[in-house]
Amino acid sequence: MDDHSELIEKTAREVVETHDPQSTPPREFLGAVYDAGLAWVHFPVGLGGLGVSRGLQAHADEVLQGAGGPIAFSLNPIGQGMAAPTLLEHAQPGLAAELLRPLATTEHIWCQLFSEPGAGSDLAGLATSAVQDGEEWVVNGQKVWTSLAHLARYALLLARTDPEQPKHRGLTYFVLDMQAPGVETRPLRQMTGQAEFNEVYLSDARIPDTHRLGAVGNGWRVAMTTLMNERSAIGGGSSVRGAGAIADAVELWARRPELHTAVLRDKLAALWTRAEAQRLTSARAGRAATSGSPGPEGSIAKLVSAELNQHVYEFCMELLGPEAALYGSYELHDVKRGEDYRGPVQQRFLRSRANTIEGGTSEVLRNILGERILGLPGDLRADSGKAWKDIPRG
Amino acid sequence: MVEFVFSEEQQDLRRGVRQFLAERSDEAAVRRLMDTDIGYDPAIWSRLGGELGVLGLAVPEALGGVGGTLVDQAVVAEEFGAALTPGPVFGTVSLAIPALVSLGGADDLLTALVEGTRTAALAVPDRAGRFDAGLVTVTESDGALTGEVRQVVDGSADVLLVAARTGSGVGLFAVEGGERIPLSTLDSTRRQATVRLHAAEGRLLATGAGAERAITHAFRVGAALLATEQVGGAQKLVDLTVAYAGTRLQFGRPIGSFQAVKHRCADMLVLVEHARSTAYHAVWTLQDASDGSAGDDPDLAVSIAQATCSEAYQRVALDTVQLHGGIGFTWEHPTHLYVKRSVTDAALLGSAAAHREHIAATVLDTAVSDGALVVAAG
Repeated sequence: MDDHSELIEKTAREVVETHDPQSTPPREFLGAVYDAGLAWVHFPVGLGGLGVSRGLQAHADEVLQGAGGPIAFSLNPIGQGMAAPTLLEHAQPGLAAELLRPLATTEHIWCQLFSEPGAGSDLAGLATSAVQDGEEWVVNGQKVWTSLAHLARYALLLARTDPEQPKHRGLTYFVLDMQAPGVETRPLRQMTGQAEFNEVYLSDARIPDTHRLGAVGNGWRVAMTTLMNERSAIGGGSSVRGAGAIADAVELWARRPELHTAVLRDKLAALWTRAEAQRLTSARAGRAATSGSPGPEGSIAKLVSAELNQHVYEFCMELLGPEAALYGSYELHDVKRGEDYRGPVQQRFLRSRANTIEGGTSEVLRNILGERILGLPGDLRADSGKAWKDIPRG
Repeated sequence: MVEFVFSEEQQDLRRGVRQFLAERSDEAAVRRLMDTDIGYDPAIWSRLGGELGVLGLAVPEALGGVGGTLVDQAVVAEEFGAALTPGPVFGTVSLAIPALVSLGGADDLLTALVEGTRTAALAVPDRAGRFDAGLVTVTESDGALTGEVRQVVDGSADVLLVAARTGSGVGLFAVEGGERIPLSTLDSTRRQATVRLHAAEGRLLATGAGAERAITHAFRVGAALLATEQVGGAQKLVDLTVAYAGTRLQFGRPIGSFQAVKHRCADMLVLVEHARSTAYHAVWTLQDASDGSAGDDPDLAVSIAQATCSEAYQRVALDTVQLHGGIGFTWEHPTHLYVKRSVTDAALLGSAAAHREHIAATVLDTAVSDGALVVAAG
């Protein structure tokens, strides 16, 4: 392990020396990172990796980002966090090699077409259909809560290919070209007034069969790869004490001594302690998972950080008193992802309400912790074994 | 030593202690001993010391120990907590031994404590887990100690390490005599006594800065080991509750399939995982400090652990009662033993609230605004 970490740090230093992060365009820099096998060190050689343990990624990132290199994850979060591992594991021969490099360089931004108006927590009940037509699939349906769809070149798409099967078995997973005819993206306005997300309408959009990931009818298993990576990406949290949402509360506390009370001080101390306990838990999970795919531990991190964010911003609003009732502006502007998080604290408070819904509701996550980690029995399901077309929806 | 990574040897140690306790100190033994006057079995205690050698793992070789680390001792403490091991774990293992280690110098008493042939307790009042000379109630005069120390955990032990006011600051004395008045305690497996000294004989161990350093070290180590004990107990309860929820049938199905029950179990899991992370972090931080390597602020790490673990253990214990329903409220079910331990542990070396106070003083009262966050002004 020590040998590998030295090799990785050496390789990263070479990338930084030959591609000065200050003067090299980000795409070119990230291309060099990919070619050196440092995009995802646990990926195979030739596909952006070096075939070593994923725990060693931090050694590469430390050097690359420490020298001022772009953070690929924040530029292309769905591509980096979800599409890349899914492509690696499930793409047909040649497709991963074709798509991973432009993904890594952020030339191609990715988005995820999973949730639908009628399928949120019960994702496997989704209704978007894909019908085979020779070497192509024809897709019809509506997807929602799609961040980055307006910028994305490719999407991860889960669609129903066999409505006669029980819901989990009739799904197939595709890579969709967002520039294909029949793909229409519309912004979806949220309670903050902004529109980070989109609705995507699919009307006879066509996908080549070579862009199918995994076998026909095996889409649910492929989607699990994506979702496990999503939760671990969302819940990853900060490795720095006091960073993240809690920093906002501590900042307000430091700035506004006239608002201090003993009761609020104890509340904030409790929040800070919980944030610290979660930071340490993520660090501990990271040490344990030096190899392999993210497991259900990611669900703990996601559950806690979502609820903690909400409690932190609730605290901020309580601290502010009458000022909590003020707002910046509800005027819709051309938003970049994450702007709500960088907005005024009142806006961050509103945005945090999505945290316990997006990427798996807290209710679903508690089911996952109960069933997958603790081994408790599953709930009774009214749709168990039924053909998807016979399940009541609404 | 990489934080959070246990060595093969430490995992063997855990298995060995767990197996010994399962065979020699199971629930039936705990129940039998909690009805006895001294509350534990000296033969088992001396086997833990002499045969297994797990009472003073962090004692350096120079002081006659095996030269292990605090992480080793924490592994054992976690198992003690899980099994509610009767005996002076808190007084001897968590407080007295670390105090004597801090004083340095080989000592027959230390050797006897490590071997389990004698027991000790720390008769020093604390203010929320920290030493405060103003709280010392015993006074030394011409070598004799007089005063009362209330609620000394394991206060009936063979030897008491007593803090007393002397002509040259606070002194730490080893006292064998004195009146010990056993108290009726919420937790019958963790005994307390009030200690009354009337011109009692004491052997001076240290005075002034040396004594304060030893007491401070004992409180820190004791709080970290207490936290790992709390983790052990809480994990045991999660296991009990999950097993019960998976097999107890109502309405024709396991109660664990109901989300109301399942979600509470999930919350218990999160509490235990958080507790575990903070306890281990405190242990590793203190070990780093003894090794002289740079690490976290020991007092802050300990307060984070105690604030988290005390709350987590008590919450998990009380939820265990609820999730077991009626059976969880009975005397015959083990839950109440853990409830009482969790409440007691939460009160030792500072409550969760007291440690949050330390955290607030360290982190919040010193925070400086960088002015970056925007507050909308309407």
